[in-house]
Amino acid sequence: MSQAARSAPSEPFPVAARAALGDAQTRANLARATTTIRARRAAVVAEVDDWEELRAAGAALRDDALGRLDDVLLELEASVERAGGVVHWARDAAEANAVVVEIVQDAGAAEVVKVKSLTTDEIGLNDALAAAGISPLETDLAELIVQLAGERPSHLLVPAIHKNRVEIRDLFRERLGRPDLTDDPFELAEAARVHLRAAFLRARVAISGANFAVAETGTVGVVESEGNGRMCTTLPEVLVTVMGIEKAIARWRDLEVLLQLLPRSSTGERMNPYTSLWSGVRAGDGPRAFHLVLLDGGRTRALADPEGRPALRCIRCSACLNVCPVYRQTGGHAYHTVYAGPIGAILAPQLAGERGQPGSLPFASSLCGACADVCPVRIDIPRILVHERAKVVGAESQGLEGLALRRLGRVFASRSRYERAQRLARALQRPAVRDGHVRWFAGPLAGWGAERDLPGVPPQTFREWWEARERGA
Amino acid sequence: MRVALFVTCLADTLLPESGKATVTVLERLGVDVDFPREQTCCGQLHLNAGYVEEARTLARRFAEVFHGYDAVVSPSGSCVGHVRTHLAELGADAALPERVWELSQFLTGELGVVDVGSRFAGSVTYHPTCHSLRVLRVGDGPERLLGAVPGLELAPLPAAEECCGFGGTFAVKNAAVSGAMLEEKLANVAASGAGAVCACDASCLLHIGGGLRRRRSPVRSLHLAEILAA
Repeated sequence: MSQAARSAPSEPFPVAARAALGDAQTRANLARATTTIRARRAAVVAEVDDWEELRAAGAALRDDALGRLDDVLLELEASVERAGGVVHWARDAAEANAVVVEIVQDAGAAEVVKVKSLTTDEIGLNDALAAAGISPLETDLAELIVQLAGERPSHLLVPAIHKNRVEIRDLFRERLGRPDLTDDPFELAEAARVHLRAAFLRARVAISGANFAVAETGTVGVVESEGNGRMCTTLPEVLVTVMGIEKAIARWRDLEVLLQLLPRSSTGERMNPYTSLWSGVRAGDGPRAFHLVLLDGGRTRALADPEGRPALRCIRCSACLNVCPVYRQTGGHAYHTVYAGPIGAILAPQLAGERGQPGSLPFASSLCGACADVCPVRIDIPRILVHERAKVVGAESQGLEGLALRRLGRVFASRSRYERAQRLARALQRPAVRDGHVRWFAGPLAGWGAERDLPGVPPQTFREWWEARERGA
Repeated sequence: MRVALFVTCLADTLLPESGKATVTVLERLGVDVDFPREQTCCGQLHLNAGYVEEARTLARRFAEVFHGYDAVVSPSGSCVGHVRTHLAELGADAALPERVWELSQFLTGELGVVDVGSRFAGSVTYHPTCHSLRVLRVGDGPERLLGAVPGLELAPLPAAEECCGFGGTFAVKNAAVSGAMLEEKLANVAASGAGAVCACDASCLLHIGGGLRRRRSPVRSLHLAEILAA
């Protein structure tokens, strides 16, 4: 699962997307869920008079931290260690996984409870733990559903968005040994609660992700809806947080902005039910040991690219997924990455780097711009998509498309070549055109022709009409 | 005022009616329209597909061709959006883009006209194309222009702000997803009950119109200019 998620996609997006389009149930679930969450977001954002100022402040404070991330991270390390925590630096997935496995083994634990697992999915931690004989248990309800089903999350925030209640009931009946369950949401949540409660009380080690880490105070924060995260961050003796280095923010007061932007953008709530903030360890309260694993995993490389860098502002709200017309059709699995949707299409290629470029993802967009309009930290996603496309085109041969577009560039660069091409197209299209429209489509145009007609070059182009008019006048 | 028409390569070559109608509307309002014959393509296709060098060449060329005009008017929100957003950063004339207008913006903003003296019998639904909406922010100008046409009944389009799925090379590279997006758009056009769907972008109309024709739909796809020229 996570292995597939972090390796290079086995199939390019258009192929995976075509398969996803055939799954009517998932598409119906997705359409319903994204429509609901979009309406909720729009309603709570409209309530805030200074929403645009908040977005600008969010973008500015994220840029500020990213612009001097080296200093911010050193300050974070010092603050966490002053508060009794231990900071580990991991260049890549392998280093991060090794650090975590060692901590769990040192604690003598054979199982761990997990929450906020996006970054640990990115590094494939569950596989690394399993390989060391440690069983990881996802405690976020949706993550648990996905884990029990042996699937991958399909949404940053709602990992099981592709599943409906009936599917979840059937899964719980089988995997939790509860044949009595109905599809009543309360009953399903209660079944998960009973299953998880035992694990919380048993677990000696918890592994979390983080929404933010404040350099000035050494405070790590997790924002969630269920309270299971708080169970993880308070009950076990040892807490390990795995965090991408870009999540660091400079000041405590930055939370004022981000904690307003995040819940409204993500779940469409004014405030999320649980915000857990902890700084190191405290005697007699919470975990006795706290480890913060800071993961690079391609982030410093992304940081070095001024055009791609704003993608690192992302606070994982997933508003862009919910408004994306492409994501809405295909769901998250077609992206073959942990980070799906528009943000995934710009983040995954940047983070992947030498692990294999998911080169088809930046093209998985019509550049409609709906994502940029909702981004709480104003990431100009279409601009970065285009930038990432140029990187792909510059790095690998685009075959026939490359030849055609380069040739077309030369045609457009000269009026005489352009006009000649118009006349040539009109002559060459003759056998393929009937009633003014192309009737068979070859090669790369076959996909267009499967669902749409296309007019041929008409007897008179606009410029020919203009010239005839000038002559007549 | 020297006004140039930027017809776009796509409308010139495949949908000339939208260009002709733009000329008709502007001339009816007393605008002296010129068509600089050297024009070809603004380079949006190349930039968006990842071919920056070609886009740079075409941006410079665009700036040279339209250099001397007081205003450049185009029946394409998308191409104007590209010119306004990217021309300067592609190394072309930085002063030109603010004189380049999408047709509805030019009519309602620069000329201050809403009633252009056209007549149209029937119901029309308006699809605000993505780049008109989110790059150019044309706002309600097109709907005000349509609303001022005697005989025209404006039918609301459900989920109007959703992309039709065109996206340039997207419709070719990701044809299946693009087709699924088109399917939703066409269902909403049908739900509007209108006899015609109208937009400010020949490229999106090529897509929507191609989908309608394939399904033998009686609904026509018309550029805003075609309705305003009627």
